[in-house]
Amino acid sequence: MDLQAAKMIGAGIACIALVGAGIGIGNVFGSYLTGALRNPGAAATQTTNLLLGFALCEATGLFGLVIALIILFT
Amino acid sequence: MAMHPMEQFEVAPAMGMEHPLFHLFGYPIYFTNQSLLMVIVVAAASLFLSLAVKPGRLVPNKTQSLAEVSYEFVANMIHSATGEDGLKFFPFVFTLFVFVLFCNFFGMVPGSFTVTSQIAVTFSLACLVMVIVIGTGFAKHGIGFLKLFVPHAPWYLLILLIPIEIISFLTRPISLSVRLFANMLAGHTMLAVFAGFVILLGGAGGALSALSILPMALIVAIMLLELLVAFLQAYVFAILTCIYLNEALHLHDQH
Repeated sequence: MDLQAAKMIGAGIACIALVGAGIGIGNVFGSYLTGALRNPGAAATQTTNLLLGFALCEATGLFGLVIALIILFT
Repeated sequence: MAMHPMEQFEVAPAMGMEHPLFHLFGYPIYFTNQSLLMVIVVAAASLFLSLAVKPGRLVPNKTQSLAEVSYEFVANMIHSATGEDGLKFFPFVFTLFVFVLFCNFFGMVPGSFTVTSQIAVTFSLACLVMVIVIGTGFAKHGIGFLKLFVPHAPWYLLILLIPIEIISFLTRPISLSVRLFANMLAGHTMLAVFAGFVILLGGAGGALSALSILPMALIVAIMLLELLVAFLQAYVFAILTCIYLNEALHLHDQH
């Protein structure tokens, strides 16, 4: 296989990491809503943790994207 | 392709500054578009924050309350994450937050340059945070700061846990910098790709040209999302700094 084609396929495979980020972000917000609807009084105090969980989750998926970019552009 | 989506991240000498400023260890040092944007960001942030509160109105107008709200926002964030004695780090965390926020927002201006999409910039910021965290830890606890790597657990688990704790501590600057850098890079690449669609469809002629309004509308929506991400990433950068400082100040105890 030609090297350029293999690079493209590799970058595409590396982007599969974003599936995990998608599931994780959905889980973070879904769990927050479940908790917030059961106990609306405590919802406002947990927005920091919500955003923190969202950011940590998103970052792990973006590591895969960075790997894809490294494969493509080096 | 009309324009490569990664072209916007190219660091080049700023206009009119094509000659190197000086040489360091044989390498030419340029005043780049990135340096120019950083100077603009710092000037804009300091001008805005100082001019907004200069009149010192008792009842603030819109501009002054914006500056006051951002001040209180960061102060509350530090207080909730690190407790009372974390407030002495307020100037540091506030500077970091405002710098990252303004860099992200100035990057959203079409045609400008996103400073935080350069890993060199974000990694330097993350290293600065880690140096300050480690410095505070050793200054406050002396050699006892190393207890941070020893969680409360039976000794046979510690054999496994201590290396994990050390590795997780050492990867913090990487995750802190890559999070900000990758978010900005991904967002701006996506915008450029959709802008490429508009140009390609618009140039196709006939009914296809009319269709180019669809990716254009999508760009507006993504722009809004990116504005949210720009704020969120600055917030996350600042709050993670607070959390790391909290660990350095209080080790495993809660504040």
